[in-house]
Amino acid sequence: MRPARLGKVIVCVIAMAGLAANSGCGAVLGTAGPAAGSRNRIQVWALQDAQNQPVIEAGIREYNRSAILHAELLTYVNDAYKQKLQVSMGSPNPPDVFFNWGGGNLAQFVRSGNVVDLSTRLRRDSNANIFLPNIMQVGQVDGKQYGIPMNGIQPVVLFYNKKVFADAGLKPPTTFDELLSLVDKFKARDVTPIALPGTQGWTELMYLEYLLDRIGGPKKFEAIVAGRPGAWRDAAVLKALEMCQDLAERGAFGRNFASINYDNTGASKLFATGKAAMFLMGSWEYSNQATANPKFVENGELGWVPFPKVAGGAGDPKNVVGNPSNYFSVSAKSAHRDAAVNFVVSMTTSKQYISALIEAGQVPAVKGVEKELEGSDNAEFATFTYRMVTQAKSFTQSWDQALSPSVGSELLTNLQKLFLSDISPQQFVEAMEKAK
Amino acid sequence: MSVKSQRPGFGWAAPATVFFTAFGILPIVIVAYLSLTRWNGLGSPTWAGLENWRALPDDPDATNGIKVTFLLTLLSWLIQTPLSLLLGVWAAGRQRSRAVMSTVFFLPLLLSTTAIALTWLSLLDPNFGLAASLGGSDGNLLGSPTRALYVVAFVIAWQFVPFHTLLYQAAARQIPTSMYEDAELAGANALRQFFAITLPQLRNTIIASSVLIVVGSLTYFESILLLTGGGPGTATRALPLHMYIKGFVGFDMGFASALAVLLVAVGTLLSVLIVRSTGYHRMTSEREGFL
Repeated sequence: MRPARLGKVIVCVIAMAGLAANSGCGAVLGTAGPAAGSRNRIQVWALQDAQNQPVIEAGIREYNRSAILHAELLTYVNDAYKQKLQVSMGSPNPPDVFFNWGGGNLAQFVRSGNVVDLSTRLRRDSNANIFLPNIMQVGQVDGKQYGIPMNGIQPVVLFYNKKVFADAGLKPPTTFDELLSLVDKFKARDVTPIALPGTQGWTELMYLEYLLDRIGGPKKFEAIVAGRPGAWRDAAVLKALEMCQDLAERGAFGRNFASINYDNTGASKLFATGKAAMFLMGSWEYSNQATANPKFVENGELGWVPFPKVAGGAGDPKNVVGNPSNYFSVSAKSAHRDAAVNFVVSMTTSKQYISALIEAGQVPAVKGVEKELEGSDNAEFATFTYRMVTQAKSFTQSWDQALSPSVGSELLTNLQKLFLSDISPQQFVEAMEKAK
Repeated sequence: MSVKSQRPGFGWAAPATVFFTAFGILPIVIVAYLSLTRWNGLGSPTWAGLENWRALPDDPDATNGIKVTFLLTLLSWLIQTPLSLLLGVWAAGRQRSRAVMSTVFFLPLLLSTTAIALTWLSLLDPNFGLAASLGGSDGNLLGSPTRALYVVAFVIAWQFVPFHTLLYQAAARQIPTSMYEDAELAGANALRQFFAITLPQLRNTIIASSVLIVVGSLTYFESILLLTGGGPGTATRALPLHMYIKGFVGFDMGFASALAVLLVAVGTLLSVLIVRSTGYHRMTSEREGFL
C-alpha cells in the first residue's frame, strides 16, 4: 500500500471512528456517496452563526440567479468545524469553498498544496481592489493571496460599564498605569475590576497580544510567527508576560476568574450587571450584549475605549490586535475551481453583500464605507471600530489563529498556567521555545 | 450429548469478529503505525521513527495527565463503590417507599452525559450559580487547581452511581433469603448480617463493578471536556483529554497516537491485573444450584 493511499484510509477510519461520516470515505471505499468532483454544485462551508449566515445565504441566492453552476451553503458549529475541515481537506473530496481564519490555520492548508492562489485573479479584476490592506495581509501566505475577507473586522476593544465608572467617579484608562490604579480603586469598592472568563485561554491571550504590541511593536510577534529561534525569549515578551501575571496576582480579575466561562455568557453577565467594571473582548461583544442584555446597551451604559498605552513602549498605541476578519478560500482539489473562484470574488465584492453585512451589524473590511456605517443602527460603535482599524498601522491577528494549531494550543495551555501562577514567565517562554 | 455439540461453532462468532476486527483491532494497528509518524491530518504521514515516543517523557502535560488519570480513577472508585453498594443493598428491599426513592435515585441514568455536565456547569458558576454559596467566599470550585478534580470526580459519581446501584440491587436480590433467616435464628443483627452474608455474596458484583469503574475512568473524557476543558491550567487534564487536545485541537496526530497506544496498554494491563488478582476470570459462581 502506498503511503498516500494509506493516508486516505486512515482519514476514513478516523472519520468513521469519531467524526461525522464524511462523503470522502465513500469515494475511497467505493461504496456510497458521490465520487470526487461529481457534485454539480459549488459547495460552500461556513460556520453556524446567527449574524453571518443570513448574509451569506442572501449572497448565494443573488449569485445563483445568474450563475449556471449553483452554489450551496453547509454550516457547522465552531469546534466541530475545525476538525471536520482538517479531515476533509486531507480527503479527496473537500468543499469547493471554505471558511477559514487566515494566518496559521490557512497556511497549513496552503503548504500542503490544498488552496488556490487568488493573486492573479485579484490583480486582473479592478473591482476586487476594495479591501483594507492590513486585513488582506492576513489572508496571504508567503506573499500570495489565498483568502478573501468575507465578514466583519473584529478588533479587541476595552469595554467599560459607564454606570459603574460614574458611580465611582472614575474615567476609563488611557495608560496602563491608570488601568493599574483603577484596579486598586475598584477592588476597594468591592467591584471586580476586569471580567475575565479564564476557563478559556484565548480570553487571557488578548492581554498578552496588546501588551507585547504596546511594549515592543508588531515586529516581536512577527518573529514568533516566523519561528525564529529565541523569539519567545525576547525581553519584550518577558516584560509583557510579567505584566499579565502581575495583573492576575494583584486581583484585577477577581479571585474566581479561572471558574468563569465566556460561552455560557458568565463573564458578559458579570460585566453587564455591574459586578465587573471593565471587559477586554473582541468587538463581537457589542452585538453579544445587545442580544443578551439589551437594556444595558439601550441605556447607553456600555462604553468602549482602545487598549491603553504603555509608558515607554516602542509600539504605536494606534495598533490593534484581534480577528481581522474571516476568509473564504478555494480548494485546489475542487472540480469547479474557476467557478468557485468566480463565486468567491463576485459575492464578497458585491455592493449588496457589503450592505447586508453592515445591516447585520458588522463592520466590513472594505475601504470607504464610513458614510454607510454612520447610517447604520449601531453607528457609534461601528464607526469607532472602523476608524480604529483604518487608522492602525498594524493589525496583529489573534496569536492562536496566526500560529500553527499545535503551537496555538500549547500557547493557550501555558497561558492559563501563567495566569494561575503555576509557572513563571521564564518557564512560559522556555515551554514555548520547545513547542513546534 | 458430548460437550462439543453443546457449543456453537465459530460461525456464530463471525459477525462479531468481523466488526471487532474492523472497528477494534484495525484502528489500534493503524494508531500504532501513526504513533511512528508525523502527521497533521493533511497529506500523507511522514515516517518519524521513535520521535513521538522519545518526546513523551519530556511532555510535562503527559506526565501530569497520567497523574490526573490515576487520581481520578482512584477517586471514582473510592466514591462510587461504597455509595452504590449501600444504595443498592438498601434498594433491594421490598418496601413501597424504597421503590419510589429508587426511581428518584436512578434518574441521572436517563440523562445524557452532555446534559449532566452542562447542568452542573451552570450550577457551579461562581457568580450566578449554587457555587456562589457552596464554594466559600468566592465560589471558585471549577477554577481552583486544588479543588477542580474533586468536583469533576463528584459529577462523574453523580452520573454513574445509579448504574452501579442497579448492579448491586440486582445482585443483592439474588441472595437466598434462607441465609438471612438462618442468621436471624442464630441471633445476628442487621450489621452482622451485612458483613457476614451480603458482602461476601456480592463479591463478584463488586469485582465486576470495580472493573467497569476503573477501566471507564481511564478513558473518561466528555464530562471533563465540558466542565473544565482540562483546566484550570492542566489541573484536570486526564490522559484521554490530553490525547484529544493534541490530536484534534493541535492536529499533532503522531503524538496523539502515541498517547492513545499508551492508554490502550495501561487500560488492558489494569483490567487484566484486577481480573487475575481477584480470581474473577475463573468465573466461579457462589450461588446455590450453580457450579
